[in-house]
Amino acid sequence: MNRTIEIAGRVLDHVGERAEAEVLVTGGESALTRFANSFIHQNVADEGYEVSLRVAVDGRVNAAGTTSLERLEDFVDDTIGIATLQRVDENWPGVAEPTDVVDPHHFDEATAAATPAERARLVADFVAAAPELVAAGYCATMGHDVAFVNTDGHRAFGRYTRATIDGIHQAGEALGSVAAAGSGHATSQRLGDLDGAAVGALAADRARRGLDAFDLEPGEYQVVLAPECVATIAMFLSYYGFNGKHYAEGQSFVELGKKQFDAAIHLFDDAADPRALGVGFDAEGTPRRRVELIKSGVTQGIAHDRRTARKAGVSPTGHGDPGSEVWGPLPSHVFLEEGATSVDEMIASVDRGLYVVTFNYCRVLDPKQLDVTGLTRNGTFMIENGKITGAVTNLRFTQSFVTALGQGRVQAIGNDARFADSEFGPGMMHVPSLHLEKWNFTGGAAG
Amino acid sequence: MFDLAQAAVEGALAAGAEYADARVVVAKNQSIVVLNQEPQSIDQTERAGVGVRALAGSSWGFYATSDLNPLAARRAGEKSAAIARASSTVPGPVMPLAAVPVVDDSYQTPHDEDPFAVPISDKVDMLVEVTATMQSVAGIALAGSNLSFWDTDKWFVSSQGHRIHQHLVESGGGFDATAVGESETQRRSYPQSFGQYETGGYEAVRRWDFPGNAGRIAEEAAALLRAPEIEEGEKALILEGSQLALQIHESVGHAIELDRILGWEAAFAGTSHLELEKLSKHRYGSSLMNITADATLPGALGTFGYDDEGTAAQCVDIVREGIWVGVLSGRDSASIAGLSPGGMVRADGYNRLPMVRMTNVGLLPGDSSLEGLIADTKDGVYMATNRSWSIDDRRLNFQFGCEIAWEIKNGRLGRMVKNPTYTGITPQFWAQLDKLAGGDEWVHWGTPNCGKGQPMQVAHTGHSAAPGRFARVRVGVRA
Repeated sequence: MNRTIEIAGRVLDHVGERAEAEVLVTGGESALTRFANSFIHQNVADEGYEVSLRVAVDGRVNAAGTTSLERLEDFVDDTIGIATLQRVDENWPGVAEPTDVVDPHHFDEATAAATPAERARLVADFVAAAPELVAAGYCATMGHDVAFVNTDGHRAFGRYTRATIDGIHQAGEALGSVAAAGSGHATSQRLGDLDGAAVGALAADRARRGLDAFDLEPGEYQVVLAPECVATIAMFLSYYGFNGKHYAEGQSFVELGKKQFDAAIHLFDDAADPRALGVGFDAEGTPRRRVELIKSGVTQGIAHDRRTARKAGVSPTGHGDPGSEVWGPLPSHVFLEEGATSVDEMIASVDRGLYVVTFNYCRVLDPKQLDVTGLTRNGTFMIENGKITGAVTNLRFTQSFVTALGQGRVQAIGNDARFADSEFGPGMMHVPSLHLEKWNFTGGAAG
Repeated sequence: MFDLAQAAVEGALAAGAEYADARVVVAKNQSIVVLNQEPQSIDQTERAGVGVRALAGSSWGFYATSDLNPLAARRAGEKSAAIARASSTVPGPVMPLAAVPVVDDSYQTPHDEDPFAVPISDKVDMLVEVTATMQSVAGIALAGSNLSFWDTDKWFVSSQGHRIHQHLVESGGGFDATAVGESETQRRSYPQSFGQYETGGYEAVRRWDFPGNAGRIAEEAAALLRAPEIEEGEKALILEGSQLALQIHESVGHAIELDRILGWEAAFAGTSHLELEKLSKHRYGSSLMNITADATLPGALGTFGYDDEGTAAQCVDIVREGIWVGVLSGRDSASIAGLSPGGMVRADGYNRLPMVRMTNVGLLPGDSSLEGLIADTKDGVYMATNRSWSIDDRRLNFQFGCEIAWEIKNGRLGRMVKNPTYTGITPQFWAQLDKLAGGDEWVHWGTPNCGKGQPMQVAHTGHSAAPGRFARVRVGVRA
């Protein structure tokens, strides 16, 4: 028997008849090999099991977590004991009924067993792609088992793996020019899919092209946004908008059934997609359902956990992740359907605009409009008459992400969809490049 | 627990580490969140394990396990050394380690009232009362309140002979009122955005009198919906203490991290506009700017006895009369830079590698007061409580949004304005600092959510500040 299933069973057995309960156990190893100044300086890994338990005693709810398996009985007793002292939670949705959960098999044995030497080889390839430049970044692998049980007899189990190579090359000082950085990124279920040399070569090319950047006057410009920028847009749309809690609280921009976006936009959340990462159920045991978020520009759906679904009178969608009771259910297996246009074709269609590689440090000014400020990073390039004509120093923008994707604003969607790093981390947003009609840059190097 | 840490260190040395240290950590956290008089989350977590750090050549190897038995600890030590050795595929210069006194000691956070001994029901009752008060104000759609407490035991052992036990206690929380309009939301928070956190017990919560401030905060949130937008322009800007604390955190605290300056964080958190060769020469701001990193301040959130590599807590000058004079450092980074290690290396739990983190990076007070700053301002704006924050990877180009602001005309506070933002470039901005409130208004603001590192780590940092005035700043940036 898998260890996570055994631990979950032990916890549930000790709860017995004393409470409604749901137990989530995650276990496995995560490892990350980090490099800077073109050498590995931090190389880490950790293993262990985390147990999450939520109980309800006559509607009095308490949740707890532990990594201490030798004290599981005390942990269960304490969790139930504290629950009995709480107020009745009128919105307690109860635990999930037994349901079939399909395991999407997003697991690769070789990735779960990846060694420090294998990660170091990818790093070496990334660095060697441009030995004259200065490299920094990381290669990470993880393999986790996840088991869920509850007192209604519902059971679920899944395994998943994830591998990432992410980094920058920095040009400048050694070449006697103004410093510049370029980035590259790849994430997959399988370490074997990752090509450190290719990711490193892309980062190096962007860094070299970024030399001798000039300060551009802020203002509205057409933009071609690489997948990392689009991933951050998709993440902010998901967290602030397609979040069942924010929607119920009136803080979301979402108006279901309304054409809020350009007709070319098709955004959906689907943990069962063969490309996705993670297991097929959430922390409440609910199977993760595909949710159409935007189709043909029309806002169509939002993510729910059991609590927000109960309030809304709908079925949960399988987005009850740890913390969702506070932060809300968040789409985190998001796909923006790719188009047919290459990045070169997008650039060729721009008279005067910018090609942006990544966004950095984005923060929301107001969630209802999704007004966001942030900066460009690791590659900002001037496009004139269909060609990149030079590098631009990083710019600050203040822009509504909803307005930016509004009707008539999306000029083209790229044919280069992939997992891209977002403001909240990798492996959650699978998106292509976008060509947008305008983007509001509000500051440059001079402020 | 020292024996477990010792077993881990011995495992690392036996597997070829040149140096090793280990921390056994038992960390308890309690978190309570209430929204509109209903508990959203009552959560207790305990994370316990041992993390071992091994140095081999140019790299740290680190391995952590939640399995607290001597065999597992020794195995973790062996793995940490093997991981460090694997780094030699992509080698660099040998990582040096500055000498520090080897100590056998213990430290406990001074506190009056164990926060975990206060019944959860009492805490929930107080939070519910606070949200009820806010909800009684017309226009308030969302009234939230929260408390969080941490109780952390750490046993540290190094191959050089350190044996240090620390028991750290941290407490805090806050509340916020949100008014939702047709196409906007307006929020007010207390004591600051995300709450106020300190080292200490439940007395840190009682001191801030949540119930006594709930009504005022809710009234301000509701009034913001009706307030005019801030006008765009260049004005004198007075920042309330907690916003100035975040300004310090972002535009000074991160910039002075030596690992960033050395390029170790270049790919993610970023680097710094500061260059080591300009230490003690570079002008960071006006002569009123005096910044220290003081891990010994009683009650401040970044206070402890020893950092996570066994270096004693200390107070280091960072900016003296506007000149940059110090950095945040650890044993490896300080050695490379030829400086004394600052005791500023900490980890987020047993399973993360210790790294350079802020302690209490604060701006020493001046001799005025908020009242005095306002009275001395002809045309300006007073902004309070952070709502958004963004700064570039070199810590130069920033833009902050605050929850609320008031115009200042001829030395008097005028009308309330909404959606206040300001933007600037770090050295130019700090050069505009021309007046500071005094010690009576100097508060050790706590930031419980400072993210850095890969894998991501969250640190608790402190930032002492009193209100301050900046002569000319661009305000009112909008989408």
